[in-house]
Amino acid sequence: MANDIAAFFDAEPDKVAAAEGVRFHISRYWEPRMRRAIIAHVQNGASGLTPTARAAIEKLTPVA
Amino acid sequence: MYAKDYHDLGTPVTNGESVTLEIDGATITVPAGTSIMRAAALADHDVPKLCATDTLRQFGSCRVCLVEIEGRKGFPASCTTEVTAGMKVRTQSEALAKMRRGVLELYVSEHPMGTCDDASRCELEKLAGEHGIGESRFAGPKTARHVHTPKPVDASNPYFSFDNDSCIVCSRCVRACEETQGTYALTVQGRGLQSRIVASQNDPFLESECVSCGACVEACPTGALMEKSVITAGLPQQAFPTTCAYCGVGCALIAEVTDGAVSRMVPNRDGRANQGHACVKGRFAYGYATHADRVTKPLIRKSITDDWREVSWDEAIDYAASEFKRIQAKHGRDSIGGITSSRCTNEETFLVQKLVRAAFGTNNVDTCARVCHSPTGYGLKHTLGESAGTQEFVSVQHADVIMVIGASPTEAHPVFASQMKRRLRAGAKLIVVDPRAIPLVKSPHVEADYHLRLLPGTNVAIINALAHVVVTEGLTRDDYVAERCEKDSWEKWKKFVADPINSPEAMEPITGVKAELIRGAARLYARGPNGAIYYGLGVTEHSQGSTMVMGIANLAMATGNLGREGVGVSPLRGQNNVQGSCDMGSFPHEFSGYRHVSDDATRALFESMWKVQLGNEPGLRIPNMFEAALDGSFKGMYIQGEDLAQSDPNTSHVTAALSALECLVIQDIFHNETAKYAHVFLPGSSFLEKDGTFTNAERRISRVRKVIEPLAGLADWEVTVRLSNAMGYPMSYRHPSEIMDEIAALTPTFTGVTFEKIDRLGSIQWPCNAKAPEGTPTMHVGQFVRGKGKFYVTAYVPTTERTSSKYPLLLTTGRVLTQYNVGAQTRRTQNLAWHSEDRLELHPHDAEARGIDHGDWVGVTSRAGDTVLRVEITERVAPGVVYTTFHFPESGANLITTENSDWATNCPEYKVTAVQVVKVAQPAAWQRRRQAAMPASPRRRRAPREESPVG
Repeated sequence: MANDIAAFFDAEPDKVAAAEGVRFHISRYWEPRMRRAIIAHVQNGASGLTPTARAAIEKLTPVA
Repeated sequence: MYAKDYHDLGTPVTNGESVTLEIDGATITVPAGTSIMRAAALADHDVPKLCATDTLRQFGSCRVCLVEIEGRKGFPASCTTEVTAGMKVRTQSEALAKMRRGVLELYVSEHPMGTCDDASRCELEKLAGEHGIGESRFAGPKTARHVHTPKPVDASNPYFSFDNDSCIVCSRCVRACEETQGTYALTVQGRGLQSRIVASQNDPFLESECVSCGACVEACPTGALMEKSVITAGLPQQAFPTTCAYCGVGCALIAEVTDGAVSRMVPNRDGRANQGHACVKGRFAYGYATHADRVTKPLIRKSITDDWREVSWDEAIDYAASEFKRIQAKHGRDSIGGITSSRCTNEETFLVQKLVRAAFGTNNVDTCARVCHSPTGYGLKHTLGESAGTQEFVSVQHADVIMVIGASPTEAHPVFASQMKRRLRAGAKLIVVDPRAIPLVKSPHVEADYHLRLLPGTNVAIINALAHVVVTEGLTRDDYVAERCEKDSWEKWKKFVADPINSPEAMEPITGVKAELIRGAARLYARGPNGAIYYGLGVTEHSQGSTMVMGIANLAMATGNLGREGVGVSPLRGQNNVQGSCDMGSFPHEFSGYRHVSDDATRALFESMWKVQLGNEPGLRIPNMFEAALDGSFKGMYIQGEDLAQSDPNTSHVTAALSALECLVIQDIFHNETAKYAHVFLPGSSFLEKDGTFTNAERRISRVRKVIEPLAGLADWEVTVRLSNAMGYPMSYRHPSEIMDEIAALTPTFTGVTFEKIDRLGSIQWPCNAKAPEGTPTMHVGQFVRGKGKFYVTAYVPTTERTSSKYPLLLTTGRVLTQYNVGAQTRRTQNLAWHSEDRLELHPHDAEARGIDHGDWVGVTSRAGDTVLRVEITERVAPGVVYTTFHFPESGANLITTENSDWATNCPEYKVTAVQVVKVAQPAAWQRRRQAAMPASPRRRRAPREESPVG
């Protein structure tokens, strides 16, 4: 799902802005346990994630 | 015959300058263009009439409505003669009475007094009686009725009958079929005394092109065309204005009651949405409300393998609450959640989300809009600033070019389709963007100028190609964009769509649509001058559903087609209250009025009124709830009026998740598929059993009124109140109007809404507040709700659901006219006479290659699962594409749809599933078991012509 979101924002030529778009979307719409899971996934190697998705999740605020 | 106590003014309303005249000595002022008949009726000097009715254009055939006009020779027909200033009219004189008696006697010679069982239902017999006519001097063996070939009453239609011997051939039915419905199924056959009304080629009504909208029955002045329910029950004694519970058109209806039961449903002629029309579902298919399958007692069970146990309301509610509390104590506050329903009222939906947020203490609330129009909310909010359609339905009468994308209005939104067809017959152009040849592509007096028959899953490629033409050929409205849209986003988007990769030529291999067709359609839409886009689930239910909605908004902004009548972006909502359920804060990330839960000021407002602390994090969406159920972190659900196990994709996955729950509470009117996995069943109430409001696709808030008492004793909102109280969060509403008052106090777009105001105005389109105290028919006038409109770059990203050698066909899904969604309502009505099973539409080439004949059973296999359907071979679908509906659980349509979903909202990609189709001998074992368990019914399949004009 994170990759699908990134695929939309990847149309943005500015890659930093693209990653910010993904980060903002996930922080607005994903329930905390889902954000926790994707952050853990990145911390464990981010297997399968596109560069934009990974960059976005690395900037997600950790969930308490 | 129309509703009880209706004053028929004879001819339609007009909108000219004021004209003053005198009728029978009384002075009256009416708009220019008004007929004398209408003016006289407005002055309470009604002129007798037979062939005239105020829903149809004047016809001038019956010669009963003659009048005298001072200074004019002869006796003109009052229906076809327009008023003029200073005109002096006499409606009553000895000469007129004599002529009318003569004309009426001729009619009575064909239709003797007493022909109709109940003279009060027959305008002719009433009129003849008033003129002192008992028998006709002209009656005899040579008069029309007796030289007609005797014809038995046509009772083939399940809802009404046609008695030729009661017919006076006034043509009101024929004109209603043409003008009101636009189907042209009826005609006058023969000449002179041999004239008679026939359906299609003199076929029984059920076998004909008739779509059973009932407009002809309503128009008939005698008992010739009559509802069977009225024949059985007699004329209604009471009438209750209410709102239809089927599609998002939200027709205003009048429920008529005889001896405490609904005996007839007629469209309300004051209804702004439906303009006095209805369809086969809204008008006739209300019998489900009192069907024997209704569950009227609360039920509980410890395990889903146990038998249900009938209990009191108190025991059921207490058990549900204690289970939810137990689960939360053990697994945490966020281990439970709830689902609101687009079939319930705004007030009920608001209460369920309040229950979840305030009483459960979590934002795990979602709604069935998740699986239909959630991308509409996302896409329109981001581009235009409001999660709703921009127009009212009558706006279509001002459109010059109508583009219909991924929708089949004649099948899914038939009453609006009739309005659209009226505009098309008047000359508007039509562009259809759909993989399937929907009926609008070619039907009587309507033909699409362009049909962009794209491959499923390529919507965004098409919208970008259309935009490419508009931008590169200088068809944009640069002045409009400069004034109303964000400059940076415009420049970025313009550069993106102008890229040759988005050209129609580059997209042709992807979409399967000839480049010149795309270019022609783009030019037609952009040059309008008024271009209006209407779209449906064929836009939203894709992995790029939200992208496509944004693409549509981009195109409309770029061509200046927003912010006035005749233009706009209008989602055709699937269920009656999809708009309302979204408005009411049913999504896990936002409160009513589409305000995010992280917004401190909004949350503080709700906390202050609800006196409870609310969460600032988004909750789980429906598919997230399934995942959480399977991973063990989500254990309890309260579902009001939604059948997830039938309507959501990948049924096996859904049922596995539902089976993993420790407590599933279902509130519904029938034992649905989801109830098989439930522990508590709370009987629901139909729309006839409660007060409240629905909000249709135009943002129109209309009243639902209680017609009969709830069969189970409680309306749905009362059940939610009890559950909340049992959970320890007190609710004390005495009437749904109090809930609306709370909604208005908390929701900026609803601040001016009250039940009293809706009753006074008939309906209200939100926003309704200090700026727009009587509502807002057209949105974004002058400026967009978000301020400046924002263009989004919408790159085409192919779906991951692709064909392969193993799954070489693409399946897409939809509805038919006579059934509705999962069929819970319409399957329990006589609409089964038209459509009693879901079928797979297959192109002749694909059928031949597989050795499949019409009517064969075929196995349909996808990556998610398989099912068996009976096949219909038709050119409605293109080679390589197959299509089915999902109205019957035994068809298992969602066993084969996948979990692919929209990137932004998780709306499932129902419209694209790669499948293989092979001939099989019989249905699957589970289907045969299910069929065997069903009671026998006199089903047969008739497809009204409205559904199958092509192929």
